[in-house]
Amino acid sequence: MLKSRRFLALAIVLALVLSFAVNAANTAQAQAKLSGKLEIFSWWAGDEAPALDALLKLYNQKYPDVKVTNATVAGGSGVAAKAVLKTRMLGGNPPDSFQVHAGQELIGTWVVADRMEPLDSLFASEKWNDKFPKDLIGLLSYKGHIWSVPVNIHRSNVLWYVPDNIKKWGVDVPKTWDDFFKVCETLKGKNVTPLALGPNWTAMHLWENVALATLGVDGYRNLWAGKLKFTDPKAKAIWDTYSKVLDCTNSDAASLGDWVPAAQLVLDGKAAFQVMGDWWAGWAVAVKKLEPGTGFGWAPAPGTEGVFMMLSDSFGLPKNIPDKENTLAWLKLLGSVEGQDAFNPLKGSIPARLDADPSKYNKYSQSALADWKKDKIVGSLTHGAVAPEAFSSQFSTVLDVFIGTRDATLAANASQQLAIDAGIGK
Amino acid sequence: MPRLSRDRWTAILMITPSIILLAVFVYGFIGQTLYTAMTDWGDPRKSAALAENPTIEFIGLKNFQDLFNGLLNYRFRIDMVNTVFFTILFLAACLGLGLLMAILLDQKVRGESIFRTVFLFPMSLSFVVTGTVWRWLFAPNGGLNMLPTLVGLPPLKLQWFIDRTKLFTFGWPDVPKIGAILLVLGLLIYAGEAWLHKRQRSAIIAGVIGLGLAGYFLIGQPKLTDVAPTETHGLNAAILSIVLAATWQMSGYTMAMYLAGLRGIPEELREAARVDGCNEWQVYRYIILPLLQPITLSAVIILGHISLKIFDLVYVMAGDTNLQVDVPGINMYLTAFRANNFAVGAAIAIVMLIMVAVIIVPYLINQFRTEVHV
Repeated sequence: MLKSRRFLALAIVLALVLSFAVNAANTAQAQAKLSGKLEIFSWWAGDEAPALDALLKLYNQKYPDVKVTNATVAGGSGVAAKAVLKTRMLGGNPPDSFQVHAGQELIGTWVVADRMEPLDSLFASEKWNDKFPKDLIGLLSYKGHIWSVPVNIHRSNVLWYVPDNIKKWGVDVPKTWDDFFKVCETLKGKNVTPLALGPNWTAMHLWENVALATLGVDGYRNLWAGKLKFTDPKAKAIWDTYSKVLDCTNSDAASLGDWVPAAQLVLDGKAAFQVMGDWWAGWAVAVKKLEPGTGFGWAPAPGTEGVFMMLSDSFGLPKNIPDKENTLAWLKLLGSVEGQDAFNPLKGSIPARLDADPSKYNKYSQSALADWKKDKIVGSLTHGAVAPEAFSSQFSTVLDVFIGTRDATLAANASQQLAIDAGIGK
Repeated sequence: MPRLSRDRWTAILMITPSIILLAVFVYGFIGQTLYTAMTDWGDPRKSAALAENPTIEFIGLKNFQDLFNGLLNYRFRIDMVNTVFFTILFLAACLGLGLLMAILLDQKVRGESIFRTVFLFPMSLSFVVTGTVWRWLFAPNGGLNMLPTLVGLPPLKLQWFIDRTKLFTFGWPDVPKIGAILLVLGLLIYAGEAWLHKRQRSAIIAGVIGLGLAGYFLIGQPKLTDVAPTETHGLNAAILSIVLAATWQMSGYTMAMYLAGLRGIPEELREAARVDGCNEWQVYRYIILPLLQPITLSAVIILGHISLKIFDLVYVMAGDTNLQVDVPGINMYLTAFRANNFAVGAAIAIVMLIMVAVIIVPYLINQFRTEVHV
């Protein structure tokens, strides 16, 4: 009797161990069993390609049976890629996931067109709802659902300068636009352009920073929620300040090819400051081989201390794609610490997650990460976070008219009409 | 089955695929664009443009009315004015410069083939290359402005394509008036010319229509537009930079055509004129230039439709939102593919089509009339 009981006990233990092993093997196999295709559509080419390649390699390691296609369409800020994407979606051939600026650029174009699946369950299952700042989740949401996974965060409201030159000219980094106007006078006397500006989209980038400084965080948020009208005196004041700021910029701004020639003016000592996004730091470090802090310096754009104006590249889940599981796996990778820390150091941006590893990033990115955790967060206009494309593409015309005529009333009326037509705040 | 020869059947069969392709891909799509232009697809106040089944309503000519009269479509009206001035200046410069170069080359100079090749070279570039190079040349703080410094003079301060001055300004409400005057004058001149050439019926019809319209405009005083009186238009000085770059590229083409034309004028005609006592200037005015008319006409057609549809030269040189040099091609692309407003983009495309048709269709009708049937 004892022998058979012992034998039984041994058999049960063995069975348990075996089933454990088989199950474990099965789970591992199930993870690697994802097969089929995954097509990632983006505009990350050239200097930005290594970051995307790092992510794709990571995905390949986890799911070697999935055939990954990198369907990049080159062209800065997606000007070509977006047109190709629209043609594909209208033709019923959506990519498995596509890069899109988080916020209204996705929502105003694709979510209202009922082309995307909500990601609430994904955020819940991956426990992301407290890994990203609340303000960011708010910008990603529409009608109570979340629509994309942010991969990176760039900051729009940064003022760049060369510390040695600033010391040489005897000026301080301005904290408000009024400070800046005093500095402007001094610098003009020394034949230095106070603020470097580039073509039209950089003028919009400058405008949104002046708007944030003039309206403050709540006013800015109300503007894009439709609660503050563009014709309100508070909003009209933006244009008056903006006109004075324009008087401190280089007169050949519209003839420059992009933001880089304007940034070069700062490095060459021909201009003092530039308001630009923090891809400036990525360019200065990677291309110009400068040290953050010594070769170049940064500060929040005048009047925007304590606020982080963000823009984010993100990916969503389109409807009617063949292998939904593959895309969900991609999105999980994007939102994980591993994925974000593989991508962002190479891209020059900071991860959207609050628990990323700061040691992987350079001095500028570390300071940006610290600000990301404590500052109030608002979205950028120029880069599709707070306004749909129907508004921002026509707003650039209003800006160009204003730069020529400096007529604040006309600009305010036109902006308000545009906002109503584009459905801002609905 | 009609009794046609085998040759005839073969001919018909060979042409049929091309006709089908043209019918579907050219005229079918033109028709679809025209239909889209008369709907509200992409209006952000209505349903989302990129949905799988967007709700589209037919709204007739409202998009066109909005383009010409709506407050927010200032850009479209600037584009129209820019296009008119650009076409006139570009054609005048290309034809004038081309003719001048052809006449000079016709004087039996040494190295004529070298000059001919050099003048024709720019035409082999794409507009994108031309736009990029001339953008560098036109940089206000570099490029052409720095030329005088080579001889020790201070640099020029020209603004080139970012110049914001307007020459010959006029308000938008003046445009219908100018158009009406030109229309009436055109009809009356045509009537006069037809009378002189003994085409009484055409003369009378044109004359009656012209005088009738004149009476309607003077007495009826119809208001064709109510748009903001503060909206000024004019010849943007920045356009001259684009004209310069485009002429640099295309004047070789007109030169080549005129040179071929000059070579085709028999020497006997010139000799005869000289024997009759003409000086060189009169030889050109009475013999050579009239004989070059068909070439001028075909150059006008080709260059005219290039200038009406121009996109890449301006986009590469001045970017996508530089209102001083904006053209309808850029506006159409941005409206349809950035702002997702497909109906208004289609409306702009139809307006461009009409502009080009106004030039090409009379030319084609003229060609068909003078064609000899075998």
